[in-house]
Amino acid sequence: MEKYLDILNVAIYGSAVLLMLIGLYGALTKKSLIKIVLGLSILDSGVHLLMIAIGYLKDGTAPIFSAGNEEKMSVMVDPIPQALVLTAIVIGFGVTAVAISLVIRLYRHHNTLRIDEIKKLKW
Amino acid sequence: MKIAIILISLGILGFYLMDIFFGIGFGVQHFSNGVKDLYLSNSKDILKVSNVVTSIVVNFRGFDTLGEVTVLFLASTALGGILYKKRHHVGERSVLFPASRIVMSGAKLLFPSIVLLGAYVFIHGHLSPGGGFQGGTIIATGFLLMLLTYRNYSVSHNRLVYFESLAGILFISIGLVGYFSKGSFLENVLPVGNMNDLFSGGVIGIIYIAVGFKVAAELTGIIYTVLHEKD
Repeated sequence: MEKYLDILNVAIYGSAVLLMLIGLYGALTKKSLIKIVLGLSILDSGVHLLMIAIGYLKDGTAPIFSAGNEEKMSVMVDPIPQALVLTAIVIGFGVTAVAISLVIRLYRHHNTLRIDEIKKLKW
Repeated sequence: MKIAIILISLGILGFYLMDIFFGIGFGVQHFSNGVKDLYLSNSKDILKVSNVVTSIVVNFRGFDTLGEVTVLFLASTALGGILYKKRHHVGERSVLFPASRIVMSGAKLLFPSIVLLGAYVFIHGHLSPGGGFQGGTIIATGFLLMLLTYRNYSVSHNRLVYFESLAGILFISIGLVGYFSKGSFLENVLPVGNMNDLFSGGVIGIIYIAVGFKVAAELTGIIYTVLHEKD
């Protein structure tokens, strides 16, 4: 029971999971293609927040050995999730750019952005 | 009905995700200390790079970064291919309303300093937070400002492709130099220098400068392609 009462647990993980759920909800229920792409982007940021949060150490500092910080190796946060998220952000940008260009292409062809008006995309 | 099903399944998903992550706990050491300490101490003692994230991204996992840059290149190429138009069909830029005189003067004033900030961020990527991807993005925002403000501001597409290819070739040739002189791809071939100097970390600085130019050229190309999209 104790684990549900820790305020930082609830705040950090809760907001990350909430972002992921908001993104999924948007991608699943919205009719506009732009909003679906936006939902996927929000889902992305939720996952990034989650990965960064898992690497955090209590009272940790940034993993940078700047002048005066050379001996603080034991209190540094984990740098590996941060490097992974740096990669993931760039890939997410590429995916969003291609998705937006496909949306533009669909709009050019059908003159609408609503998926229920484009035939064969109903569900 | 559909929305109810979606909400219920999202609720179940959220509950189990929260349960898992509450079990993990926030701010405690989850992973074995070994990997983290290995990266931290290798970055400090062998490479003499102060920003550990940069040393992981560019040196320890440099091949992965090469793949990442390739994905970005493919995305920008695919964008150009998907939004392809015949040359005489290229429309006017879709600016909704002309910018005011204040915005025009301000953009002209801000543009050099934005580019300078971006260059600073990717040159000092191994010393302070930042790096090639971040600096390249900052430079691309400067070009976005100019493109949104001036209706007839144009970027030479050939020059962008030239910068992009040159930066990519520089990245790969540094890797090949490491392969032929030290025996593994992207191996460090330059002296590492002292901690917290600008010239420290061997090839990391050069690779991040190449990545910065490449990302700036690619993002500017993407922005330019999308802004010229008008029906």
